[in-house]
Amino acid sequence: MQLIGERINGMFLDVKQAIADQDKKVIQDLAIKQTKAGAAYLDVNVGTAAADQEGTIQWLVESIQEVCQTALCLDSQKPNVIAAGLKVLNADNGGMLNSSPLNKKSDEEILDKYLDMAAQAGPKVNVITLTMDKNGVPQDIDTRVAIAAEIVQKAMEKGFDTQRLFIDPIILPVKVPNAQAQPGNILDAMAQIQFLADPPPHMTMGLSNLSQGTNERSLINRVFLAMAISRGLDSAIVEVLDKELMDVVATSEMLMNKQIYSDSFLKVF
Amino acid sequence: MAIPQVAQNFAGSVTEVTLGATAENGGTRTSTVTIGGAKNIVHAGTPADSAGRKPVIAMDVLDVAPTDWPDELMAQYADVADDPAAWAKKCVEQFGADMICIKFDGVHPDKGDKTAEDAVKVTKDVLAAVGVPIALWGCENNDKDNKVMPAVSQAAKGENCLIGIVEEDNYKALTAITLADGHHLITGAPLDINIAKQVNILVTDMGFPAEKIVTFQSTGALGYGIEYAYSIGERQRLATLAGDKTMAMPMICDVGYESWRVKEAKLEGVPEWGEAADRGPMWEATTAICLLQAGADIIRMRHPRAVAMVKSYINQIWD
Repeated sequence: MQLIGERINGMFLDVKQAIADQDKKVIQDLAIKQTKAGAAYLDVNVGTAAADQEGTIQWLVESIQEVCQTALCLDSQKPNVIAAGLKVLNADNGGMLNSSPLNKKSDEEILDKYLDMAAQAGPKVNVITLTMDKNGVPQDIDTRVAIAAEIVQKAMEKGFDTQRLFIDPIILPVKVPNAQAQPGNILDAMAQIQFLADPPPHMTMGLSNLSQGTNERSLINRVFLAMAISRGLDSAIVEVLDKELMDVVATSEMLMNKQIYSDSFLKVF
Repeated sequence: MAIPQVAQNFAGSVTEVTLGATAENGGTRTSTVTIGGAKNIVHAGTPADSAGRKPVIAMDVLDVAPTDWPDELMAQYADVADDPAAWAKKCVEQFGADMICIKFDGVHPDKGDKTAEDAVKVTKDVLAAVGVPIALWGCENNDKDNKVMPAVSQAAKGENCLIGIVEEDNYKALTAITLADGHHLITGAPLDINIAKQVNILVTDMGFPAEKIVTFQSTGALGYGIEYAYSIGERQRLATLAGDKTMAMPMICDVGYESWRVKEAKLEGVPEWGEAADRGPMWEATTAICLLQAGADIIRMRHPRAVAMVKSYINQIWD
């Protein structure tokens, strides 16, 4: 399971404040803590904290790289912000571009841009692709799978290794009116997405989104994570500092025979 | 038609481990060995850069003259069996051993009950006699090993030896002293992948670095459980490749001991089985080559002809 630590995101107040104060220490502590907790990647998202998004993502990347070599997941819907981050990213450590839909009304070529940037950055830089297109987030299973198929097809046509794709079926808050069918639909879509390539494309999701606004955030995240791992999820953007959630990852992977059982199997992270 | 490229790439790789310390690293070894580094299963039609370092052969030297070795094997060491230093020298200089594994059979309560002082003397003598890296392998009686091996470890401090074995129910004392003396450690399990993983977790939980561990899954000779040893070696490698850091260590196998105790290797006077003088070395070499394919990085061996065959195989595959 390749976990992406979600905490370095300008949506969190401590990070927002650190960006405003140019306080590296807060960012660096979060980088080290998440790495120790088992993050394979650290998400880096400027959020709405700064007017200068390009400069800020570079400051974040450089600050983190001063203290750890964990792969970074550059998180922005704007190609220019990703490109700015890539300029200072140490791609030898690995990386992830997060994320691109199949296409957008405002930018039909958006996926090409992300794939090209990753290809140019080097063989260890992967891309998160959303099962979403110019019509928005699909509500049904078939459209999700069809978009995922188009994404895989596009990567193949461009000669981009499908093992470098992390398909994100986009989990939305379960509390949104009429959204309660979506977690189940996503699980069914994931079961099919696995068959789009051999070996299967990676699948990831921004898990915490699911429980936005609910009273039982951690529980909802944990239970759905276990369900999704059973359908082939092999990566997730999560709160790696949530010990109980990490225990669910270890247990689910063990039960799916992806990790060898040992009496101390919870200590894998 | 072009042959399709089917080789898979994996996220994980076997940890690279260097054994032995030369003068510039505070030891007295004249050579070191580096093992591990494989990024794929053994000969999966993979590119040369994913095959990892060449496996090495550690030849056994016992701290007492063996009493139960078959004639064909004993004949190789008749002149040195009472002198571990001379024995080690012969293995390195005449038989091309990459490493020496001192097996402290003689300290076992049932096999001589020698003291820690005896074991320390053998260790020092062998270190002085040869320049290759050394593995120090206890008698596998927990109480006795806990008394003897700390002294042995201290006597070899600075030489970056490989010390073992620690097991699920007996790991604390030896792990602590191995860590303190800067050696590498062998974690052992009885052909049980779950226990193998558990021991690695227990040992690393004590602060022992995972990158200084070599695993011993137990070995079965050809015809005597080699399938189990093979499967576990393969399972360890596949877990490693999938990114399991608790299993990503190089692996050692005890082929010499296991091969030479089976009747097909040692029984004389059975003409229909072929010459005993050939059968034993063949049995040992075949067992070793099979386990190399499962992913073994260090092979403990005994007969010089078997060693020569296995070296030739290693050179053909890895060069």
